[in-house]
Amino acid sequence: MSLLTPEWTGLLYLIAAVCFILALRGLSSPKTARRGNLIGAAGALLAVITVFLSARIENIPFILIAIAVGSAIAAPISRRVEMTQMPQLVALFNGVGGGAAALVAVLELGSSDSLGSKVAVVFTMLIGAVSFSGSAVTVGKLQGLISSRPLIFPGLAIVMGGVVLAALIAGGFVVATGAAGWAIALLVLGLLVGALLVLPVGGADVPIVISLLNAFTGLAVAASGIVLGNLLLVVAGTLVGASGTILTRAMASAMGRGVSGILFGAFKGGSTAGSTTQSDRPVRSSNAEDVAVLLNYAQRVVIVPGYGLAVAQGQHTIAELATTLEARGVEVVFAIHPVAGRMPGHMNVLLAEANVPYEALKEMAEVNPEFKNTDVALVVGANDVVNPAAKTSPGSPIYGMPILDVGEARQVVFLKRSMRPGFAGIENELLYDPKTTLLFGDAKDSLTKVLGAVNAL
Amino acid sequence: MDPITLLTVVVLAVFVGFEVVSKVSSTLHTPLMSGANAIHGIILIGAIIVAGQTLEPWLLAVALLAVVLATANLVGGFVVTDRMLKMFAPRKPAGADPKDAKK
Repeated sequence: MSLLTPEWTGLLYLIAAVCFILALRGLSSPKTARRGNLIGAAGALLAVITVFLSARIENIPFILIAIAVGSAIAAPISRRVEMTQMPQLVALFNGVGGGAAALVAVLELGSSDSLGSKVAVVFTMLIGAVSFSGSAVTVGKLQGLISSRPLIFPGLAIVMGGVVLAALIAGGFVVATGAAGWAIALLVLGLLVGALLVLPVGGADVPIVISLLNAFTGLAVAASGIVLGNLLLVVAGTLVGASGTILTRAMASAMGRGVSGILFGAFKGGSTAGSTTQSDRPVRSSNAEDVAVLLNYAQRVVIVPGYGLAVAQGQHTIAELATTLEARGVEVVFAIHPVAGRMPGHMNVLLAEANVPYEALKEMAEVNPEFKNTDVALVVGANDVVNPAAKTSPGSPIYGMPILDVGEARQVVFLKRSMRPGFAGIENELLYDPKTTLLFGDAKDSLTKVLGAVNAL
Repeated sequence: MDPITLLTVVVLAVFVGFEVVSKVSSTLHTPLMSGANAIHGIILIGAIIVAGQTLEPWLLAVALLAVVLATANLVGGFVVTDRMLKMFAPRKPAGADPKDAKK
């Protein structure tokens, strides 16, 4: 049954595509972003209704049940999951999207006859599988199921090269013979490539990997659109591929290195240096009252939030502390490193949740020259983004990454859970600096104590 | 479909993608990633088409799995993005009444 002519179908898909473009465009300002996202969702809904009315679709009851199952799984998780687990969730959804694209391609194999469409099928299967397993490993790393340190073994580069070569050969056979056996081999090899690609990536680089895999899934969707002759899939997939590419490059440059350096750095046998064990050196740890005095009598305080703040759910407490200090005449700003947290812009989301005004959030380029005139830099649950090893230690994995120069401030206060190094696993020299004070404990507990102590002054 | 038409569409979409995304402020990079993530869930259309054209039970099972995965991507992606963006809802600058945040 097809109620819609191809012309109407094409027109409705065009409207859906425009909705997607408007969704991305809406993100140019926080004012229009939410409405844009809703427009995007409406476009998706329109497209799904259109597909049911346009093509000859059998098995409709089964399909509707499958859609209901998918929604019933995804919607509650997305509503309930903690803000701190957002990166995992985004990676997870990206992975299942890639998996879906790969499966669609497998099923299209039988009906694709031209060489071009067979190549597109192979491309989708491979990239979809890479995206699926790569995202799965990423989720594992973020969730702490797999070590966030780079996982490297001797001969990794050779194994990777061999697997990629085998995948290309299998892909060639799929194009030539269309045999199901080769297609399955291709999928398995694709899964291996994805895992091998992400396992060696260090924890600090995970946000970039999520973004890159997102672009991959987009490209897989675009390719499957070519196979199916569906322009909406082509446009939507290409949009995502393009936006993911831009975002990946923007983040990589924020970390001061190329995308290839992040992905393949570990293959070159680069050191995970910096983990030189100096942990028995003395540090100055303090109590909440002392920190409160430091903050209260400062003229200017710069707060550097990191993942630890997100984990501890301390965003409301820190916002309250900032308001309290400001009421006492202290100038308070937040310094946001582009890759603080586990996603690009993670800290912006977190602080927005706590109603911190945008004007108080400063980007790295803006805030770095101001550290000289800062009395106290309060680092809450961040480590790698303020680690001077990025400037001073050429062997370090984060060498070359622009950092927030908190070391230039007159006093530095770290709120840390323990002396354990950060996600990237690199020791931070700044912790041993004489002007550094440490306050150990869960970020939220520490902040609550400091806030109480400030109020008592 | 005519290969040149397809190529035209792809090239234009790349430019639109670059153009639109380069205007996104870094504050919104997380929702951007999440929103783009939701958009590629539109592979659901492809999954529905293949599920609607197969009669072989095994292939149908695979296609329905694809439908489930794609729906999770699409629905979950938009819901998560909306949740993030809700926190960026317009509000009065500094010192605003916290009640304004939720609505």
